This record gives sequence, C-alpha cells and structure tokens, in this order.
Amino acid sequence: MTHDDPCAHCEEMMQPYLDHILSDEEMREAEMHLDECEWCRRRYRFEESLRVYVRQAVSKEPMPAGLKQKLAALRIPLN
Amino acid sequence: MSESAPTAADTRRLAEEARARVRFEEEALELSDQVYRVARRLAGSREEAEDLVQQTYERAFRSWKQFTPGTNLRAWLLRILTNLNIDRGRRQQRSPQTTPLDTEAGDYFLYNKLEAQVPEENPDEERVLERLSQDSIVDALAEVPHDFRDVIVLVDIGDFSYQDAANILGIPIGTVMSRLHRGRRILKRELADSVSEEGS
Repeated sequence: MTHDDPCAHCEEMMQPYLDHILSDEEMREAEMHLDECEWCRRRYRFEESLRVYVRQAVSKEPMPAGLKQKLAALRIPLN
Repeated sequence: MSESAPTAADTRRLAEEARARVRFEEEALELSDQVYRVARRLAGSREEAEDLVQQTYERAFRSWKQFTPGTNLRAWLLRILTNLNIDRGRRQQRSPQTTPLDTEAGDYFLYNKLEAQVPEENPDEERVLERLSQDSIVDALAEVPHDFRDVIVLVDIGDFSYQDAANILGIPIGTVMSRLHRGRRILKRELADSVSEEGS
C-alpha cells in the first residue's frame, strides 16, 4: 500500500501505534517509515513523553485534607 | 417476623454480612485517592470534585450489595462517579455547548508550534516539552468538553482499558476509541492555545 504523503499517513498511525492497537502489518509499515524519517521519529517521541507528562501533571495534586475522614464518616454504622 | 428470637443461623448470617460490609467499605476507602484524582479531572473545581467523591461513597456504601466481590472495585466506584457526574453535567449544560471541536490541525500541531519556539535546530523532545508548564496541562484538560475529557481521564490518567472505560461510561468501545483520539487532539489544541496566550 502506497501513500502520497508517507509522513501524513504516519501521523494518522501515531495514536494507534502508541496505544498498541495497530495490526502487525500496520506496525511494520509505521516502523519502516520511522526508521528512515527523523522528522516523524521526533514527533512520535514527543507524543510518547507528552502522555507521561500529562499524567504526571494531573496526578500530583493531593486529596484535600479531611476528605478521607468525611468519607469514612459516611460508612453505615453497624446495627 | 419480629416475634421469634433470631436463630443461631440468622445471627451467623448477620455477622457474616456485617463483616463483608466492613471489608467492602474499607477496600472502597483505600481507593479514595484514586477516585478523587479522577473526580478532580472530571469536575471543574476542587469543591465539585470533593462533592462528587462524597456522593459517590454515599451511594456506594448504600448499594454495596450490588457489588460482586472479586470484580474490579475501582471500576465499580468510578462507574458511580461518572454517572453522577454525567447527571450533573446534563443539568448544568442544558444550553448547547458550542465549543469548536477543532481537531483538523492533526496531531503534530502542538509539537510544531513548540518546536518553533526552541532556539536550537532539531531539539530533542524533552527540550520541546519543557515549553509546557504542568499547570497549563491541568488548565487545558479542564477546557476539553466533558464527553472527551471523561475518556482521557479514564484511559490516559486512570489507566483503564478501553473495555473498562466503555463499561464505566456505558458507551460502546468504538465510541471510547474515537473520543479518545479526538479528545487528545482537542487537549493538544488547548495546550497550543495556552502557549500563544503566554506570549513571549
């Protein structure tokens, strides 16, 4: 299968590639292109790091003090 | 039924049930940090997130018998949470939401924009990523319309499989995938906008 613009096609495959949901054939196709294209490779690496960065950014905020106690107080008393 | 004294079997059954309930409540409480983290990203503010988590636990403790032991308790709690949040969202969002779903720019739009701001030629991706502050990510995520944000929060942040996210949100797995794909582009678009707002 040929594509007029291999980099545009590679861009379309980026998310499914990082999600590991490409078929074996598509995977090979993406990797063959990435092997020879520094431009796309850099963008794939960026996207991969961005996902980690997003997760870190939104996970650092601690739970408000006192919320745990409030939740524990919602427990239904025995009897 | 109240007349006869409880039999030993009744007493044993009640004691077992009480133990099971306590165990359920303790396990649920242990997950509260993770539940809060998801709530914080789904709700607009800390206060709303706190409310949402409290409502979730209130409902969970009331309907604990509906939980099947041995299945995924975190997913069960988050299903309650997302349903409560969706109900709330429907109430608050009666007027049509006209956020432009500008995802035409594709996936590399953000990278291209950030790379252009790095002085050196062919910078490595960490240098490009440094252009984004962690606060800008939190703000940008809050701007993503909630149908899209829900799947990003569950899959990319909460580490749920597509199938779990589909079960939690009550939508088909194909919808999870398409919303995720599009939602990530919207998020990057918002991030790109935040970079231009900062100027420099």
